[in-house]
Formats: sequence, structure tokens, C-alpha cells
Amino acid sequence: MSVKEGRVHVTPSAVDRRGWFERILAIRFFEEKVQELFMDGLVEGTTHLCQGQEAISVGSTAALSDDDYMTITYRGHGHALARGMPPEAAFGELMGRTIGCCHGVGGSMHLTDFSRGLIGSFAIIGAGLSVAVGAALSAQRRGDGRVALAYCGDGATNIGTFHEALNMAAVWHAPVVFIVENNLYAEYTPLQVTTAVTDLAQRGVANGIRSRIVDGQDVDAVYEAVLEAVAHARGDEGPSLLEMKTYRFRGHSRTDPAKYRSAGELEKWLERDPVTLLERRLRDEGVLSDDEAHEIRVRVQKEIDDAAATAAASPPPTLDAARAFVYASRELR
Amino acid sequence: MNSASSEMSYRDAIREAMADSLEDDATTVLLGEDVADAGGVFKTSVGLVERFGRDRVFDTPICENGFVGVALGLAVTGYRPIVEIMFSDFLPSAGDAIVNELPKFRFMSGGQCNVPVTVRAIGGATGRFGTQHSATGETWYSGLPGLKVATAGTPQAAYSVLRTAIAQPDPVLFFEHKGLYGVKGPVVRSAPMDVGTAEVLRPGNDVTIVASLLMVQRALRAAAELELAGVDAEVIDLQWVRPMDMTTILDSVRKTRHLITVEEQVQLGSWGSSVIAQAAMEGIALDAPPDAVTLPDDLLIPYSPTLEDAIIPSATQIAERVCAIVGVAARG
Ligand SMILES: Cc1ncc(C[n+]2csc(CCOP(=O)(O)OP(=O)(O)O)c2C)c(N)n1
Ligand SMILES: [Mg+2]
Repeated sequence: MSVKEGRVHVTPSAVDRRGWFERILAIRFFEEKVQELFMDGLVEGTTHLCQGQEAISVGSTAALSDDDYMTITYRGHGHALARGMPPEAAFGELMGRTIGCCHGVGGSMHLTDFSRGLIGSFAIIGAGLSVAVGAALSAQRRGDGRVALAYCGDGATNIGTFHEALNMAAVWHAPVVFIVENNLYAEYTPLQVTTAVTDLAQRGVANGIRSRIVDGQDVDAVYEAVLEAVAHARGDEGPSLLEMKTYRFRGHSRTDPAKYRSAGELEKWLERDPVTLLERRLRDEGVLSDDEAHEIRVRVQKEIDDAAATAAASPPPTLDAARAFVYASRELR
Repeated sequence: MNSASSEMSYRDAIREAMADSLEDDATTVLLGEDVADAGGVFKTSVGLVERFGRDRVFDTPICENGFVGVALGLAVTGYRPIVEIMFSDFLPSAGDAIVNELPKFRFMSGGQCNVPVTVRAIGGATGRFGTQHSATGETWYSGLPGLKVATAGTPQAAYSVLRTAIAQPDPVLFFEHKGLYGVKGPVVRSAPMDVGTAEVLRPGNDVTIVASLLMVQRALRAAAELELAGVDAEVIDLQWVRPMDMTTILDSVRKTRHLITVEEQVQLGSWGSSVIAQAAMEGIALDAPPDAVTLPDDLLIPYSPTLEDAIIPSATQIAERVCAIVGVAARG
């Protein structure tokens, strides 16, 4: 796709979409494995899983070029894996091992991988948004056609930095796409308790940014919307905001039993499980046979299990290694 | 590099340090509120947008946390941003970027990136700017591994320390004092130096006075007054708060056996306390207890010119405190 193409609708091939199915399964199985690893004591601290939101990871990253930039959050396993991070590098990071993408010093909330344009993973709400604007400005100055994709949650749309980043992106016409994953809760608090608007895309409009609401459970819909927004950004048509309506199937973090859900809410959303939706559609369209689907499931599960075992065999980093990460300048090492 | 010295104001030295950095490295950019056409609220960037263009010198909206975050994004994707914070008092508005992002970014990524961001904070009292526009703040963020923190008390330091800060591959918080902008002195356009170097501005044998920012100039005047009283003071511009040049400072203290620190901050959390603690921990023998000249702990900086003058340490007050520890009667 050329940089200046503008509004494009590139139809993904059958091969691409079978690849999406593998990727969405890998994320689902990865997150389920993380829970297992917790029980085994191999992962400590906290984790924020993304079951239910995987279509956003898969669809959005599929719309990017290899050298585009991404900033993600603590709920970032899916985005990192979808971007191509090997699962052993992600598991290794969660286990605090040297094989981890950040050599084990970052942990679950920090899956950064500069080799894949994943330039930051933020455990502070909203912080990644302005960093993405900065990355977009550097692409704009170089004129290299790169785009920055920044993810945040619904709760993040209430912090000042969110609005600061949107305003700067708009006024500087930065090639950035903001993705708001509206999963209806910030930790344990439902959106309507903290937020006076229900459609967060309005907040993009308020800041002078082209904004859309997207079905976050549907990989195809996510892909199409992000592709369009990215094409705008590449075509020097400015930033976009995409509100993805979605839901997380697990609690906010490891210790959250999610008792705050209303009756039937989870069940209703489980009917729109993004993995099932994609699989059903691919089968209905004849893109995926029953046998293929089965083969993929078995293979991906084994890849995830093997990756976890590989990561567990890796040693933890040393304090000396960690010390060298603090400053880049040699005199302080 | 031109090694000849020329007479320059502190303000011009700041501008020239930025201009030479922008000239040397095309990835260097300057951003902040009113830094482009207006040339900065304190006129420290006059002429830079005309010379380097709008891609490299640009105005930001009023959103300190946001635009320091933008600088971080620029830095990890190939640029070398200088960010102006109009008053040090506004640094906390960028608190997340300064505390959680800049210093931690390289570390958390396992060393995948460098973070060459210089945040210039303009601070200090004596300008009658009132309680919310007069702080220096050089130790507010000094307890953060990953960050470097610098100050300048002379035009030469304004040039060379800022040049050094901008050249760093790591984030640096650089403090200027608005009460110094008019001060003139010789400036050599030196190449970037090592970080963490204090500067002995006046050698002496009887007492070590370590000072930062405006207090450097006042300490130098105090040393002149002390000379008349027969006290030979060594005056050191601290320059770097992190990393701090304990070698230069404590070597001086071993020689003079008297230590006094002077800064425009209260004592709790001051860098002076750290210097004194380090001297104690190293068991340096002193001929008198050390002293820290600071702002009063029971006041905030007032607007009233009479009151502001009363709480900011003067040269005479510094000289008196020195006399008290060296056991000489102050003159006058
Ligand atoms: C500045 C800041 N405040 C509070 C928190 C604690 N916190 C972590 S996640 C979270 C909820 C965020 O909700 P949302 O933006 O909707 O994202 P989600 O977790 O639903 O993906 C909060 C309050 C934080 N990490 N950073
Ligand atoms: Mg949420």
C-alpha cells in the first residue's frame, strides 16, 4: 500500500485471515497459560489479561506496517503477541527471566520491543498517548510515512494526559491513531460512575479528531477501521480515534473476581467471544475447514506450552545486568 | 570549537548552548510554551526559530505532562529534544513524565533505548514573582536513578553544563535561575564535558562553601567580604546534583576542615544535607560543626519585596554564617 493512497479498503486474503485465527488463539491460550503459571508460582505480582479483547490486538496490528510505532499499556500481552513478539519472550518477561523481551526487569506490564516498533508499554494510565504523539512527530519530521498507534482503556479517557495528547495530535496533524478499548470498566468501577459520556469517540471529536465507534469483538471490523485510520495518517490527513466497544472476560487483574458485573452481563458478552466469532465466520465462508481449525488449535496450544517451558528454563537476570539498564552513559555504569 | 572566551550574559550563554547544540546535531529540537516566535518568556531562545526553522523550534500547548511525554516519544525514535519548562514550579504538572517515564523508560525496557531528553526548568526567587513562580527545586527530583540533575551558577556553567546535558544519552533535568539571566561573565564555548563535575570558582584554604544557582554568585560576594575579615574561602559551584561530585567537594573539605552549603531550598531534602551526611560518613575531621544555609522551614516564598529579601540568603548573611563556624568575628 502506498503512503499516499488515502482511504483504502484492502481486502485481506484467506491466508491472512487464517493467520489471524492462529494469532487470536495464541493470545487466548497465552492468557490462559498465564493463569496456570501463577498457580505454579512461575509468575508473581500482578497481570492484566485481555481475554475478550483479542480481536482488537489482531485486527489493529494486521493493519500496520512493520516499521510503524506502537505504545501499549499494562493490558498489553495481546498487542505484543499480535505484533509478532515470540511467546517465549513474553512468557520470559512475565517470569522475570533473561529470555524476556526486557530481560526480565520489566514484567507483565512492560512488554516493550523496539525491534517490532513497540516503543513503550505503560503502567501509568494515559502516559503512552503523548509518547505516541512524539513518535508520530518524529515520523512526520522525517517524512518516512510511519504511523504511531496508541492504545488506552475507557478509564484513561478521564486523565488529563489523554486530552493533552489528543489536542497536540490534532493541532500538529500528527500521524497517530488512538485506540480506546472501551471494556466498560476501569478496574472495578463501571464507566457510567466515572464518565458522563457513553460513547468515548465523542472525546476525540471534542478535540478536533476524526473519530469512529468500532465493534471491538470483530477482527474484520477492527482491521478495516484501523486500516482506514492508518491510511489517513500516512496520507497526511491527520490523527484518528477509534473507540472499540469490547469487554474483558476476566477480572481487572489477577486478584479480581469481578463481582461487580451485573447479572447476565458476562454471559451476554460471551456470546460475542471474538475467538468464536472469527472461527465461525471463517468456517461459514469456507476459509477454514473443521479439520484445519482443529489442527490449528492443537498446534497453537503446543506452541504456547513449549514457549512457557522454554521461558521457564531461562535464568533470571543479574543485578549487574539490571544496573547497566539504568543509564546509557558509560561513566555511570 | 572556539576556545577563546567572550563576555556573555547567563541568558545569552543558555541561548548559545542551545544554538550550538542545534547547529551540531540536526536531530536536536527545542519545544515548550512560547519558545518559538516569542523567543521564550525569559528570552532565552530569541532568534532560534528563525535560524533553525519550525520543525526544530516549536511552541507547545500548555500541557507540561503531555509535552514532556512528546519529548520522550521523539527521543526514543531518533531525536534529541530540549524542553523548556517556563517556571520550575510547573515541573510537578509534568510529574508523571519526570518521575515515571523519563528515568524509568530505558530501565524497564531492559536497555533497549536511550532517552536523550533535556528538560530546562527556569526557577528561583528574587524576581518578586510570588509563591507559585519562585521555586528552584533542584532536589525535588534528585532521588531518581535514571535521571541526571544539573544546575548552573555562572554564565560559563550555563553554557557548558547545558551543552553537556543536551549531549547526554540520558534524561537530564537542568535548572536555571531567572535571577542570573543578566549576570555577565567570560564564557568559553567548550565541548560537552563529563557529567557530575563541580567547579571550584575560587580556591581558598579556610572554608569550603558549596552553592548552587543564584547562591553561587552570593557565595562569591561573601568570599570577597570574608577576605576582608581574613578568611580565605573556597567557593564551589555544585553544578550537578545527580551525579554529585563528592570527590571535588570532599577533597576541598579535607583541605579546609570547614564546610558550609548554601542553597535556595529548605534544609529537609536539600542537597546540602547530603553533602554534610557524606562528609560525616567518610569520617572527615572538621574543626567546627558544618552548616547549611537554606530557606526557612516555616515559611513559603512571599511576594512582598521586603519579605522576599529577608528570607533569601544574602552575601552578608552567608559571610556571617561562615564567620560563625570558622570562629572569626564578622565585619560590619
Ligand atoms: C495514573 C494512574 N492512576 C491509577 C492507576 C491504577 N489503575 C491501573 S489500571 C486502572 C483502570 C484503567 O481502566 P481502563 O483505562 O478502562 O483500562 P482497562 O484496565 O479496562 O484496560 C487503574 C485505575 C494507574 N495505573 N495509573
Ligand atoms: Mg476499561
